[in-house]
Amino acid sequence: MNIQLNGKPRSTLATTLAQLLAEAGFGSATVATAVNGAFVPLALRTRQDLKDGDQIEVLAPMQGG
Amino acid sequence: MRDFYGTKLANGLMLGTAQFPSPAILAEAFQRSGASVATVSLRRESGAGRAGQDFWALIRDLGVRVLPNTAGCHSVKEAVTTAHMAREVFGTKWIKLEVIGEADTLQPDVFGLVEAARILVEDGFQVFPYTTEDLVVADRLLNAGCQVLMPWGAPIGSGMGLNNLFGLRALRAHFPDTPLVIDAGLGLPSQAAQAMELGFDAVLLNTAVARAGDPAQMAEGFAAAIHAGQLAARADPMEPRDMAAPSTPVIGKAFLS
Repeated sequence: MNIQLNGKPRSTLATTLAQLLAEAGFGSATVATAVNGAFVPLALRTRQDLKDGDQIEVLAPMQGG
Repeated sequence: MRDFYGTKLANGLMLGTAQFPSPAILAEAFQRSGASVATVSLRRESGAGRAGQDFWALIRDLGVRVLPNTAGCHSVKEAVTTAHMAREVFGTKWIKLEVIGEADTLQPDVFGLVEAARILVEDGFQVFPYTTEDLVVADRLLNAGCQVLMPWGAPIGSGMGLNNLFGLRALRAHFPDTPLVIDAGLGLPSQAAQAMELGFDAVLLNTAVARAGDPAQMAEGFAAAIHAGQLAARADPMEPRDMAAPSTPVIGKAFLS
């Protein structure tokens, strides 16, 4: 299926958010996730099914003021 | 110093972490100033790059309290979602809540701010709202459950200092028991000293330090100014007057003319 990961189109075989993170190389990285604008907590990533066209955000700690 | 949601800070300097020339200079700025809080953000991470992971390791090593922000959020939904993501990543209930309402001045959307603050407080967050010096908005934020207010000194990154002394004085006078932090707009340590002399409890700044030729030295300068201003506020400063008043006693003066 085709999704958007951090604003970029991506073709994926993953069916859950957890699988997508592993596939995209995030592994054990400290990140927070959202699907279609809604926060998905760490504990729910394995149960978060993906569907064609989903917009996924993966955010990490960054410099801020 | 007043409590910030039950936490007593070692000093009144909250320092942003953006725009520093290098991670080493950022770390040196924190070490030399002894800043008690580091503000941080959340941004898109690439699976290959992992820039955020390195940054997070650096911040954890500083051993300071972390205050995540919702910088760049222009809607309540965006800010609330970002706050939830920040709480999970940074492991803190503290959130510097920004809901930006105007692109040129980065002025807070105070209506959205109050709404987002209410939602987040009900969800267990300890909210540090980036607001204007408006008394009515301040009252609404406190009613929404905020226990700290962070009025701007001037637009973010402008370095203009304290633009509305009357408004900031009024805010301090109206809410004597609320921890107040000047957030944004400071360019020089003297402006931070002025904020503390007005009775504010802390200042939050970033650009003035990060964009200085020598950021670590500037951070140390801010720390010294904040301490000086705090001492002055505690010392009950004299009232200014229009006319001169001799400080040397007139009694006993020799008659020499």
